[in-house]
Amino acid sequence: MKVNTRFGEFGGSFVPEILYPALEQLEEGFLAAREDAAFQKELDELLHTYAGRPTPLYRCRNLCAETKARIYLKREDLLHGGAHKTNQVLGQGLLTKRLGKKRIIAETGAGQHGVATALAGALFGLETRIYMGERDVERQALNVFRMELMGAEVVPVAHGSRTLKDAVNETLREWTSSYDTTHYMLGSVVGPHPFPLMVREFQRVIGREAKEQILEAEGRLPDAVIACVGGGSNAIGIFSDFVEHEKTALVGVEAAGRGLHTQEHGATIHTGEVGILHGSRSFLLQDADGQIAETHSIAAGLDYPGVGPEHAHLQTTGRATYVGATDTEALAAFQELALKEGIIPALESAHAIAHAIKRAQEATEPEVLVICLSGRGDKDMSEVRRILRGEEEI
Amino acid sequence: MSRYDTMFARLDQERCGAFVPFVTLGDPNLEQSLALLRMLVASGADALEVGIPFSDPVADGPVIQAASQRALAQGVRPKDCWNLLAQIRKENADIPMGLLVYANLVVRDGIDLFYQRAADAGADSVLVADVPSAEAAPFAKSARAHGICPVLIGTPNANKDRLRQIAQLCDGYVYVVTRAGVTGVDQEVHLPPEHLLAVLKEVGAPPAMLGFGISSPKQVRAALKCGAAGAISGSAVVRHIEENLDAPGVMLHEIGDFVRKMKAATSLES
Repeated sequence: MKVNTRFGEFGGSFVPEILYPALEQLEEGFLAAREDAAFQKELDELLHTYAGRPTPLYRCRNLCAETKARIYLKREDLLHGGAHKTNQVLGQGLLTKRLGKKRIIAETGAGQHGVATALAGALFGLETRIYMGERDVERQALNVFRMELMGAEVVPVAHGSRTLKDAVNETLREWTSSYDTTHYMLGSVVGPHPFPLMVREFQRVIGREAKEQILEAEGRLPDAVIACVGGGSNAIGIFSDFVEHEKTALVGVEAAGRGLHTQEHGATIHTGEVGILHGSRSFLLQDADGQIAETHSIAAGLDYPGVGPEHAHLQTTGRATYVGATDTEALAAFQELALKEGIIPALESAHAIAHAIKRAQEATEPEVLVICLSGRGDKDMSEVRRILRGEEEI
Repeated sequence: MSRYDTMFARLDQERCGAFVPFVTLGDPNLEQSLALLRMLVASGADALEVGIPFSDPVADGPVIQAASQRALAQGVRPKDCWNLLAQIRKENADIPMGLLVYANLVVRDGIDLFYQRAADAGADSVLVADVPSAEAAPFAKSARAHGICPVLIGTPNANKDRLRQIAQLCDGYVYVVTRAGVTGVDQEVHLPPEHLLAVLKEVGAPPAMLGFGISSPKQVRAALKCGAAGAISGSAVVRHIEENLDAPGVMLHEIGDFVRKMKAATSLES
């Protein structure tokens, strides 16, 4: 590899030997594209005219109006596709063309990255196959339909826990035989180098804009930037341009599910231990033998036993802190934002809102909070309706 | 001298290649797994290649994935696997035994402790499926410190520098794959691996054994003919387990037959 594959002690490229050259080729292509003004220009143009960037930074008028906090939402929910995922699939899509590959494959959990990959496939004229756990295919039938409308083939994965981690396994397996013609459009800042670096670079537009916008609105940097963390791509995206400003706290909110004292959550940094999965060394939810644990969250996008290696590094160095929000807290925040602001967030993003509300209520001095509202909640309508009607327990 | 060196020297004299069957330890359960291992040895396996079941085996196709899941569903743990290996070692002083594992199992309690356990159980080599040569140095170092041969995979898409690195990090034998993809059963041996084998020899790699997709005596002959020192067969062995889950006796019988047929194809005289 040409650049450092690690974030401190985390990261690396732990893949079968046969895939290593494909990762080297990807790294080389990415590094060259990053320096290429024509590539950047085309990407910027697509981000603007196709995806709708820049997204607004909105100051909440009613949420926590009684507290000392001023809460700003970075509106990635308004991006085309309905979530921040679109930012990086446009980058990877252009890169796929540049590498001369004709086909993309991707994993998806709830279907958000699958939908983003499918739109990139349609836009760039790439044959697209999405691997999705069988259980998620059932839970997220509407997203499967969206992907298919945009021309993607959705392949249900029947192995293991039949959710996101198994979809990643299956995509990696396919890639070991198809890498010559096919790009793996990985969906988060996880996986082997160069994915965590590359996906961060394609997502850091969120923080770059947010920093400019908050300086414009407040004349100063925020006291805290808050984002939900599953794999962690929206969080890394909004954190990156604030990392150098040490007075701004960076807070990642993990899925505490049914509580951190239970086994049913996705709080990898909180309760996980260091291990190697899906190509990188990071924190993992695992048992005493090293078998990977099954996870739970009301938000399918946070239902993953690993976390991006850069988050593990930010936690270890103390630059960022990671907290949890339970299913119940996230659902309450979801409803609160809908009622107070007329904005329905994705359940994933509602975890960040939940923590922001808690923090605002505890604030004794005026403070400015920037929250990454990473996606909109349309995809969660039927699940939330079932829960609120008492037809399903959380 | 490792048990692999001794084995290759013996096979040289016998004008034979090696046949190495693979099974997942604890599949379909601990008791039957021990019986299967004994059957592999009794039927003429030159060495054994065994897996420790892992929840997320990304380098394996459906047959060996299912083997891992069967073992895990039986509650099989790494310590049970060490016990199985130690038992086979007690009964067979000379047969080389190699482990094929995933990185998270190796690092869980610390790399050194893993290789210590492997040595204590009488294993001869360890191949970590999701550790490529670029990441392999700390694993190889600890393996060697514990008298274990680190085994790496030689691939058709690796350039000469990479193959040289693989050769330097690899003892005992080098596991050569002749095609892309995960483990599984194929009809043919894919790319003609003569070139790959020649380069590996040139850069000083230990003897090459071919794996991935080897399922018939014809493929064993083809592998040896192009210069490999042996052939490794995994999914084709494990398929006999999968197909006979309710008939343990038939399972043993079929696997014994399969190993004898494959071993018979290793003679270089014919």
